[in-house]
Amino acid sequence: MSSIKIRTKRLEKTTQIRSLITHPMDNGRKKDKQGKLIPSHHIQELTVKHNNLQIIKCQMGGSISKNPYFDFLLQGGNIGDEITISWVDNLGKTDSKTHIIK
Amino acid sequence: MLKNRRQFIKKILSIAAYSLALPSGFLRPSLANAEWQKEKFQPKDYAKIIEHLYGNTQFIESKKIKFSRLPKVAENGAVVPISISSTLKKVTKISILVENNPHPLIAEFYLSPAVAPHVSARIKMAKTSDVIVIVEAEGKLYRKTQFVKVTKGGCG
Repeated sequence: MSSIKIRTKRLEKTTQIRSLITHPMDNGRKKDKQGKLIPSHHIQELTVKHNNLQIIKCQMGGSISKNPYFDFLLQGGNIGDEITISWVDNLGKTDSKTHIIK
Repeated sequence: MLKNRRQFIKKILSIAAYSLALPSGFLRPSLANAEWQKEKFQPKDYAKIIEHLYGNTQFIESKKIKFSRLPKVAENGAVVPISISSTLKKVTKISILVENNPHPLIAEFYLSPAVAPHVSARIKMAKTSDVIVIVEAEGKLYRKTQFVKVTKGGCG
């Protein structure tokens, strides 16, 4: 299953893009039950594409909350447009998902 | 080495042009070519990180940036919802910083003109601190600050 959930809602002049990603977002400061530090594991880069055109690039550290949520407003946006969200984390893992505006 | 005077002058001119272009924003990373830099997100002093990111550029305190959502008192520092919107035009970048966090820089959003200047996220806060948002529009830096009291820290 994909780690990304995307919802879109067409508003008057804009389209709201909401996304929820399943990711631990460890910043390397938290300790586990044995008192050992959990190594940092967080998303570094998030990109949003609208019909294959890059519209947002977000760079982040480990200070974004676990299972990060983001929302953005796209100017315009029509039914059938594709929204693709992808991320890369500091361990090189990556995931992406495409959503079609309804 | 450089062979003659002509080459030498050329070289000097190109170095001068480069160093002039650097602070004026021509070579600032944009949407397409910005790369994730480790130094930006490392634990650092807030003042140092501001200097690293923006040099000596002056910020303009702006009422055109609005926190459409950011609690004055956050009960759980692990999840603080933040929502930023702005009426500024041609916004290219929105940065979120938390002054007292071990990692002060939270995130940087590079926006293309196809996106309205609006961003929401959920951030971690280690302790009570100022939350600073810096918006870059038409080469100028606008800033807005809000004090957020944290009851329970969320940085491990």
